[in-house]
Amino acid sequence: MADPSLVLKREKMQYSYYPGCSLHSTGVAYDKSVRAMFRALDVELTEIDDWNCCGATAYMSVKETVACVVSARNLALAEPSGHDIVAPCSACFTVLNKTRSYVRQLPEFRRNVEASLNEAGMTCRFDLPVRHPLDVLLNDIGISGIVERQVRSLDGLRVACYYGCQIVRPERAVEEDPEVPMALDDLISALGGTPVDYPPKVRCCGGMLVATFEEVAQNLCNELYDRARSEQADCIITTCPMCQANLELLQQGRRGRTNGSSRPIPILYFTQLIGMALGVSDADAGLQHNLIPLNARFPPVSEMVCHGS
Amino acid sequence: MPVVADLDRVRTAPDLFEKEECELREAFLTEVERVPGGARLRRCIQCGTCTGSCPVSYAMDLTPREVMALFRAGDIERILRSRTIWVCASCYQCTTRCPSNIKVTDILYALKRVAVDRRVFPRKFPVYVLSETFAKQVRKYGRNYEVGLLRTYFWKTSVVRMLMRTGLALALWRKGRLALRPARIKGIAGLRRMIAKAETFDRPQPTEVDQEPTSEVGYGAIG
Ligand code: SF4
Ligand code: SF4
Repeated sequence: MADPSLVLKREKMQYSYYPGCSLHSTGVAYDKSVRAMFRALDVELTEIDDWNCCGATAYMSVKETVACVVSARNLALAEPSGHDIVAPCSACFTVLNKTRSYVRQLPEFRRNVEASLNEAGMTCRFDLPVRHPLDVLLNDIGISGIVERQVRSLDGLRVACYYGCQIVRPERAVEEDPEVPMALDDLISALGGTPVDYPPKVRCCGGMLVATFEEVAQNLCNELYDRARSEQADCIITTCPMCQANLELLQQGRRGRTNGSSRPIPILYFTQLIGMALGVSDADAGLQHNLIPLNARFPPVSEMVCHGS
Repeated sequence: MPVVADLDRVRTAPDLFEKEECELREAFLTEVERVPGGARLRRCIQCGTCTGSCPVSYAMDLTPREVMALFRAGDIERILRSRTIWVCASCYQCTTRCPSNIKVTDILYALKRVAVDRRVFPRKFPVYVLSETFAKQVRKYGRNYEVGLLRTYFWKTSVVRMLMRTGLALALWRKGRLALRPARIKGIAGLRRMIAKAETFDRPQPTEVDQEPTSEVGYGAIG
């Protein structure tokens, strides 16, 4: 373990935090675990005051200026702090970034968006980056910075790292091969876990199709379960509240119980697992909100604390 | 049928197509122009990489490659009436892999916007109900409130489906994952003013080209 005085010297990192609607309801475990994980890393998140819905995909597809203005209000609210914005939800992350890039590339569109913001006395320069927590972990803190603070090993845990589509594709969250990203895998193995070979890691979970063409979404998710099962994964980790909910719900029967036929696969947020490695309690990691409990056993907190200090 | 490969030529040659097709094209082109890099659409080499990469192309009646071809052959109406644009899950796999750098996903979005504006789909069409309900909620609360969203959505599309879903909703609720009350933001009045202003920049809704309403969802709703 590194010299604790060196760790303390790092200046406290600060970010504006945009939870988004999902993290206040179905994705509550993501919200809790993001906050707890960053607390354990001594990173300060300040929630953007009075944030509103990001505009999300459903909105984006119908009225573009309206969607971008709704989204831009959040960027405007965060701007005075000057801190980068962290948006854990992949949909919010994409929409906020798309708004930024549209506005920066299309001058007329920008004027329209600015004129609309002005109606409520707001202005925005659109220069604050919007970032995914995975990007902050890898590039601001770094894998070594995380391992430094690890108090519990993920030893013995077989993990299927599922990236989904939004963070490796349209608005790339991390500089990575969009076909075979390895960032999460590297992080998990640095913390002692075993990332399994998981070719469908960037396949689509179906997104909103679960509400419109459920059969199609079910097929997509089955592919993700099947591979995780055949690789004997203890869990699948995700980076997005929509993937997490889809992957959990499509394993449930109509009455909300797990289908008896095959072994249920727990679906965790990557922040839950990393948080636990950093000593975050099960409750702070939001494990009580998961529909399928993580049954895998891994070493208790105490073991690493002793040999770490 | 002439292949129109250049966006400008469509506008300067109004006699090439039927009047309705011209209007649809005009609307679509306006949308495509709003996509940064959208005009690259004319560089499609019909390689089919998009279709081959698409995880849901098996469920589409027109593949993404065919959509590109039909556009150039001047048959937007057929694209709008297909289920392709609605089956697309916006996963961006096609866009990442297209060798001509075409923003396939964003172009499908642009087509969706035209379809919604022109109402070229059944009235109770699920995706439309979803985005409409969603937009209403944002206007009302400034945030999205899932219980209300799902209730309205399933109520409008299928009551039977809503009842089937109740078990799942209960499971989520038991785990503390459903907010039962919407949260209204403090700045809602300002947000509404912004939205009203922004609406003046989005294209106004033209006359309805409605089809028979249906209460079915999924494949049933669009044949
Ligand atoms: S991948 Fe690109 S170039 Fe190839 S058919 Fe699709 S849109 Fe055309
Ligand atoms: S974005 Fe749509 S069309 Fe493209 S690969 Fe994904 S589902 Fe298919």
